[in-house]
Amino acid sequence: MSRTARMIMFCGAGGAFAVAAILAILVMPAFGGSSHPYRDHAVVASVHHQAPNAITSINFDQRGFDTLGEETILLASVMGVSLLLRPADDETETRELSSGRVLDVVRLGGYVLLPVTLIIGLDVVTHGLLTPGGGFQGGVILGTGLHLLYVAGRYDALEKVRPVTVFEWGEALGAGAFACLGIAGVLAAGAFLVNFIPLGTFGDLISGGTAPLLSGAVGVEVASGVMVLLSKFFEQAIRITGDKNGDESAEAAGA
Amino acid sequence: MNAVIVLALTIAGIGGTAVVFTERPDRQAVTLSAYGLTLALLFMALQAPDVALSQIGVGTAIVPLMVMLAVRKVKQRR
Repeated sequence: MSRTARMIMFCGAGGAFAVAAILAILVMPAFGGSSHPYRDHAVVASVHHQAPNAITSINFDQRGFDTLGEETILLASVMGVSLLLRPADDETETRELSSGRVLDVVRLGGYVLLPVTLIIGLDVVTHGLLTPGGGFQGGVILGTGLHLLYVAGRYDALEKVRPVTVFEWGEALGAGAFACLGIAGVLAAGAFLVNFIPLGTFGDLISGGTAPLLSGAVGVEVASGVMVLLSKFFEQAIRITGDKNGDESAEAAGA
Repeated sequence: MNAVIVLALTIAGIGGTAVVFTERPDRQAVTLSAYGLTLALLFMALQAPDVALSQIGVGTAIVPLMVMLAVRKVKQRR
């Protein structure tokens, strides 16, 4: 497509979007008003489903299908990263690590924060229905928390506690468990991702029906996905080095 | 709109501008991380703690780390 044609297309589409966006913004409710019809319905529904944290109830109960889509996007992105960041033909994996200098205070901070972060991550996953958080947030905390070992200068230790294969399985199993719980809803109660187990008592750790199970599945998937994602980046940045003759051989191949 | 929200919005605006005006991508990862924290404060002020948690995890930890590792790799290849 020529530059002029692209410009015409951009101006047409961009102009139409700008007009529609401005018209929509002009009739939007004012910032911070007190009328929230969606909230009024969502909070009532989450209380009916014994879920104190309405956000988790929306994510894993009322709009569980949306969350399935989001988790699938994450799964696809991690798969894409794994595919793109695999060692290329002209790259070799190095065994020796260049040990950089780590300040003692940074090292200490990494070691102290590592267990704290992991416990917070587990807490955020398990209490997702009661307090802010849930599978996604807790999973991200767990997945990034282990990388404090790298901050502490122990990339070798990080590699030991990070069996990438296990996390690859974990990611797939987490995503699969989410879909299976949805299908179980079809079989047991007639609709995809509908709650089919007893709701329990409002405010109990184990309550809210399938929502905490779905949240846990997402927690496993996200924590594993983040581990796999970052491990691919780390391998590329630290372990894999381009062959020194890579450019020459590429030229030779082209000639 | 109360004073806390105005303050948080202002800080987030300053943070975002700082990211745009940081020139080298490796330094930009650091300002991006700090900007992520200011956004998390804004979400807290807007009473969205769940979003703030996601923002801290993704915006201040994972994305800047990925940017830094990518920059390191690109520098190696040069």
